[in-house]
Amino acid sequence: MSDTRAVVVALIYLLSATLFVFGLKRLARVRTARQGNAISAVAMLLAVVGTLIELGIVQDYRWILAGLVAGSLVGAVIAVRVPMTSMPEMVAILNGFGGAASALVAISIYWVDVVEPGKPGTLASILGGSQAVTAFLSVLIGGVTFSGSLVAYAKLNGSLPGKPILLPGRHALNVALLLLSVALGLVFAYGVGDPARGATVVWALLAASLVLGVLLVIPIGGADMPVVVSLLNSYSGLAACATGFVIGNNLLIISGSMVGAAGIILTRIMCDAMNRSLPSVVLGGFGGDSSSGAAAGSQEYASTRSAGPEETAMVLEAARKVVVVPGYGLAVAQAQHAVRELGDLLKKRGVEVLYAIHPVAGRMPGHMNVLLAEADIPYELLWEMEKINPEFRDTDAVIVLGANDVVNPAAMTKKDSPIFGMPILEVHHAKTVFVVKRSLAAGYAGIKNELFEQPNTMMVFGDAKKVLQELIGELKQLGG
Amino acid sequence: MGPLLIGLYVFVLSVFVGFEVINKVPPTLHTPLMSGANAISGITIVGALYTAQTADVTVSNVLGCAAIALAMINVVGGYLVTDRMLKMFGRKR
Repeated sequence: MSDTRAVVVALIYLLSATLFVFGLKRLARVRTARQGNAISAVAMLLAVVGTLIELGIVQDYRWILAGLVAGSLVGAVIAVRVPMTSMPEMVAILNGFGGAASALVAISIYWVDVVEPGKPGTLASILGGSQAVTAFLSVLIGGVTFSGSLVAYAKLNGSLPGKPILLPGRHALNVALLLLSVALGLVFAYGVGDPARGATVVWALLAASLVLGVLLVIPIGGADMPVVVSLLNSYSGLAACATGFVIGNNLLIISGSMVGAAGIILTRIMCDAMNRSLPSVVLGGFGGDSSSGAAAGSQEYASTRSAGPEETAMVLEAARKVVVVPGYGLAVAQAQHAVRELGDLLKKRGVEVLYAIHPVAGRMPGHMNVLLAEADIPYELLWEMEKINPEFRDTDAVIVLGANDVVNPAAMTKKDSPIFGMPILEVHHAKTVFVVKRSLAAGYAGIKNELFEQPNTMMVFGDAKKVLQELIGELKQLGG
Repeated sequence: MGPLLIGLYVFVLSVFVGFEVINKVPPTLHTPLMSGANAISGITIVGALYTAQTADVTVSNVLGCAAIALAMINVVGGYLVTDRMLKMFGRKR
């Protein structure tokens, strides 16, 4: 490569890295987020252009073009088609692809530099020690990210049960697998001098890391999946960073480690919001999901009262102030537009309608904001937990739509409850609480909800969307 | 200073940049931010481009092409999905 071209490429990479920093920074503020995302996309384009210039005229563009076109098409189609309710699993699967790409790059480099030229000698003696070690790390981290993300995807979209799958002796098994992977990695980097045997070792390493990824994620309950996805997101950044060390590219190191660090911070913020510690999330075994009914036997409800749509509509119409608490049930029922219609009807009758957003409502932080925004509910009406909690004492009616653990007063009162200490929406202070829910089944944490037994709580059984439509019908009749 | 040391300097400093940039984020943005950061990890596309430069059907070319495709799905899908989510926040303001 000529000197001028090397300088031009280095400057393009520098510009790209700078734009990544700006983009990420702006992405973290509501007003500038969209612009930040666009800046980061431009940075990515610059990175690709820079690399193509660095490569110069290559022998053949067919493989590169095939990969670029196929990947862009698939990415664009799934991005446009995926419904807003499936965002969490979408992020999980995309993240898995990123991890897989890093692992494949490292393996492919081994073929380009060692297997195909048929060079004798260890990887460390051919590429250099740090390159060899980071190549193995890239395969290990990338493989774990890929299979772990696939399991998270399956748990989030329900094709795997959300409840923890606990294998006997799983901790010992995981440690053994990790040690095996590291041993294989070191053999791959320093041990084998024969390309054919090295190839066997690297495939074995990939297989071990894929199994490890699956075993690390299956014992973790569905409720903790957002944290896991965020952590895996951090891993895929680190995998890209390791790839950067292999090919000696600072841009990869910068953006990969930035994503790694950002992912860790985000993971910590999410853990705080759920009052869970990262080690206890990672060790797994916590919580089930609503369909598992694992703990159902232990949680009989002594007395609950239920109400029909007509009764509910009458109370709502007479209220001065109504707070809507959306949860995952709302997302499942795709009821965000019905919520807005109900809100509009009540507003027309002079009722003040607010929406209380728990930081981890839904399956991912911010999930509810995205859904309600999709239904055109003004952003100003979505109140965060700290802001809305003092308002509940002054609220006539609360409608809890498919939320459960985030409104369970046991988190404040029962020291032995697994969710004790988790910040909740204090809806039990309101005059009347309507809980729209399909059944009395447990929520994600798999525990009984004390709210349902309170004298001011009314259960409205049914699918969130159907109940809302019935309420809308009743309100229209009342309005007559 | 060798390339490894320079790489380590860059790595450590970038980790600090990552920590600083994301220290305070409103919960609203957690999902879009995760998705947007995820798109950035598709930067591994740069590495993938190095590995598929010849015409033959070889293991390295097939793996490289697969890596390019997977990284591109991550990049294009990630940015578009993030934009779709963020577009909704911007509408009524």
